[in-house]
Amino acid sequence: MALLDVQNVHRAFGGVVAVNRASFQVEPGKIKSIIGPNGAGKTTLFNIISGVLASESGRILFKGKNIRGRRPYRIAEAGISRTFQNPSLFLQMSVLENVMVGRHARSRCGFASCCLSWPWQRREERAIREAALAEMAFVGVEAEGHAPAGSLAFGRRRMIELARALATEPELLLLDEPASGLNTRETDDLGELIRRIRDRGITVLLVEHDMALVMDISDEILVLHNGAVLAEGAPAEVQNDPRVISVYLGEDFQHAAAG
Amino acid sequence: MDPGILALQYLLSGITKGSIYAVVAIGFNLIYSATGVLNFAQGEFVMLGGMTAVSLAVFLPLPVAVPASVVIVAFVGCLLEILLFRRLRHHSILHMIIITMGLSIVIQEAALHIWDEKVRSLPYFTGNEISSIRFMGAAVSPQVLWVLGAVSISVCLLHAFLKYTLRGRAMRACSSNPEAAMLAGINTSNMRTLSFGLSAGLGALAGCVISPITMTQYEVGAPLAIKGFAAAILGGLGNPMAAVLGGLLVGVLEAFSVSKLPAAYSDVTAFAVLVLVLFIRPHGLFGRPAGENVREC
Amino acid sequence: MNWKSVIPVAILLATIIAVQGVTHALDKDYYLTQLTMAVYYSMVVIALCLVMGYAGQVSLGHGAFFAVGGYTTAFLTTHSFSPYEGTVWAGWLKQAHVFILKDDLFGNPIMTVTPWAAFTVALALTALVACLIGYPALRLTGHYLAMATLGFGLIVYKIILGTSWLGAADGITNVPSWTLVKGLTVCGKRDARIENYYIACGLVLLLILLLRNLLRSRVGRALQAMHDRETAANTMGINTSAIKLKAFVLSAMVSAVAGVFFTHYTGGIGPSEAGALKSVRYVALTAAGGMTNLWSVAAVSTTINFLSLRDFFGSYDNAVFGGLLIIIISVSPEGPLKPLGHWIRRVSQGRAAAKGVDHGAA
Repeated sequence: MALLDVQNVHRAFGGVVAVNRASFQVEPGKIKSIIGPNGAGKTTLFNIISGVLASESGRILFKGKNIRGRRPYRIAEAGISRTFQNPSLFLQMSVLENVMVGRHARSRCGFASCCLSWPWQRREERAIREAALAEMAFVGVEAEGHAPAGSLAFGRRRMIELARALATEPELLLLDEPASGLNTRETDDLGELIRRIRDRGITVLLVEHDMALVMDISDEILVLHNGAVLAEGAPAEVQNDPRVISVYLGEDFQHAAAG
Repeated sequence: MDPGILALQYLLSGITKGSIYAVVAIGFNLIYSATGVLNFAQGEFVMLGGMTAVSLAVFLPLPVAVPASVVIVAFVGCLLEILLFRRLRHHSILHMIIITMGLSIVIQEAALHIWDEKVRSLPYFTGNEISSIRFMGAAVSPQVLWVLGAVSISVCLLHAFLKYTLRGRAMRACSSNPEAAMLAGINTSNMRTLSFGLSAGLGALAGCVISPITMTQYEVGAPLAIKGFAAAILGGLGNPMAAVLGGLLVGVLEAFSVSKLPAAYSDVTAFAVLVLVLFIRPHGLFGRPAGENVREC
Repeated sequence: MNWKSVIPVAILLATIIAVQGVTHALDKDYYLTQLTMAVYYSMVVIALCLVMGYAGQVSLGHGAFFAVGGYTTAFLTTHSFSPYEGTVWAGWLKQAHVFILKDDLFGNPIMTVTPWAAFTVALALTALVACLIGYPALRLTGHYLAMATLGFGLIVYKIILGTSWLGAADGITNVPSWTLVKGLTVCGKRDARIENYYIACGLVLLLILLLRNLLRSRVGRALQAMHDRETAANTMGINTSAIKLKAFVLSAMVSAVAGVFFTHYTGGIGPSEAGALKSVRYVALTAAGGMTNLWSVAAVSTTINFLSLRDFFGSYDNAVFGGLLIIIISVSPEGPLKPLGHWIRRVSQGRAAAKGVDHGAA
């Protein structure tokens, strides 16, 4: 059974259709990339899946259950986590605290326990801290623990946001243009990191413009154009699909695939 | 008394008070549209108008004192924009609410020290406190006609100004899209100052015409601001003409609530309207849902 | 517990004791009366910190919660329930120490509610009201929320003013003293001044410690995250609506506790406690103390309230609060002490840039 089954999702803003009756599936344990020209509706799609925006129709089945219409925090609890196109760190908090926020859905102490600081609350706090540090080490940012999140460079913020998303113990991870702003070496490292995430058993769905990365790591590619699904399949199939080529003008796409 | 006539009496009283709330509400909207600030000190302009006119009327004839007071208070409004609000443009809405509340308190205290705590009023423009005109069976003070007349004329003039004159259209341009307005050569700073001046002047006029009926005192500003705000919200924030309807509705509701509730609770009506509108339909009757309360990405 | 977090506690304790010692030495024990009142007021301000500084919501109606707490206890402990004295459930309640027989002003025995029971009712009622108001209000943003809370506060104020059995404009007086445990009594008697001063200070210290625990925990992080970027916080699993509401209700209940203690201390309560002016003052003081730093908020609000109660500002009392609001928010929205704290840290560490923003905050 597909981990994520998006059926007939539709969203318009005023007269502009951002997502046009899109349907697709994501198999568990795979890395799937969504590509398409700018304005194709990719981020809107992510916003719909993560609950930030509402779809006007259709269903979104995650592990067989319909999550359409649920609030974002419920979707996070269910096991879907995401990063944003512009890293959305909590700038007033330190790096470690940011990642610890990622553990919110997997911890329980409420107002009363936290005020009174019962022993079980302290234990949970230690566990949160350790889990956060572990994710930071996995991603490679463990050195910057106490720095204020606002003081870091763009690329590092990306990584921290990723650590935070991983801290929620997701089954499905949505990455919104993770490679934008990175150079070739950093992009290679990112590709390696995404593979390691997949090897942990986390399914990855990413939006990307960097064709080299996409062709390198994806098990499947989904092409969006004007909000509608244009093509879907293995990289080789999609790369040779005439509709896709005509939309992308061909050259960049085939260069990257050949390279 | 014949219940129909009683109802008419309440209605007229409600419309009278309501037109003052309408003026305050228009003032709120003008400033909000032009600057994005919710000016809590709006009610103080009404108070200042009445108090200044009372002081001027001591040595000036009434027909001069009232316009003079309007001009002075309008000038004060402009000054406030230039000296204070202009420097605070980068602050969030929340900060601005708190600052304008502080401003309202400071203005009240200043008024207390300039004029003391005594209640004052202007003399009736025509007639006196016992003269009355028969209107469809109800007894109405001639001052009420002055109130309704002054407010209607100002509202119509304002409407014409905003719709048909170049300056007025420039103001509307500023409020809907400041950057585009600037690119089109409109001096947005001046427009903001103008909005403050207009609001203050309108408020002052209202304060003058209503003062013989309700008296003026350093403290009347705050409740007026809140009721005026209720009216603005009811009509829909950002829509000056809907504010008129909002004001009249609040006034009439308040007047009729006196017949149902003990008198002490009559103020609660306006506040209850405010809270209920905010809870149920924050964009009011005619505003567009601004998307503020909607989750956004 | 590391010694760094003990320092502010130690300083506060030392200040509390020193102030009491100094007033005693100078034979100005009566200062303690206004100080105690100021301390109770600052509980509301500290509670507002949670709502304004951390949850990022503005409440212009917190005076109403203080008043709900105070009026509930005042009414229950002074109103005669004697007409019900014969009934069965009254007998049970008497046994449960809810009802008590005492003499009224004229020496006639009447049945009223015990202070502890009244306290419980006050808390429950406040929590209920806060939920009812908070649930719709907290879905609003920015200025809409501010106005809704202002409107709520004004409604409570007007209702109190217009209700005769709540004392209308005169308020309720002759509220009895409250024996917390053997040896600790909240009352306004002259010779209990020092004891009550310490009760108030102890309560505030407890409040600060509890809130400090909260802010350093998972909930505190969630609040800050929500304040910083609400959408991202939501996608990380934080139920922002629920957390805003809980913070709001908690702060309302703290205000009510302050109101109850205050009422028993001063022996009465008046409608002005619910008024907009008081609520705006609380906001002003929260801003003046730096909305996120509990220690400085406690210090600043106690000091200014004390001065205000002693008529230090004379007829300019309101103007001071108004001016505070304008100046502090315009110049330094995070409070005047924050830049000062930064400067001190820079100087003492000898470094050019201050790192580690959050060490000084509670």
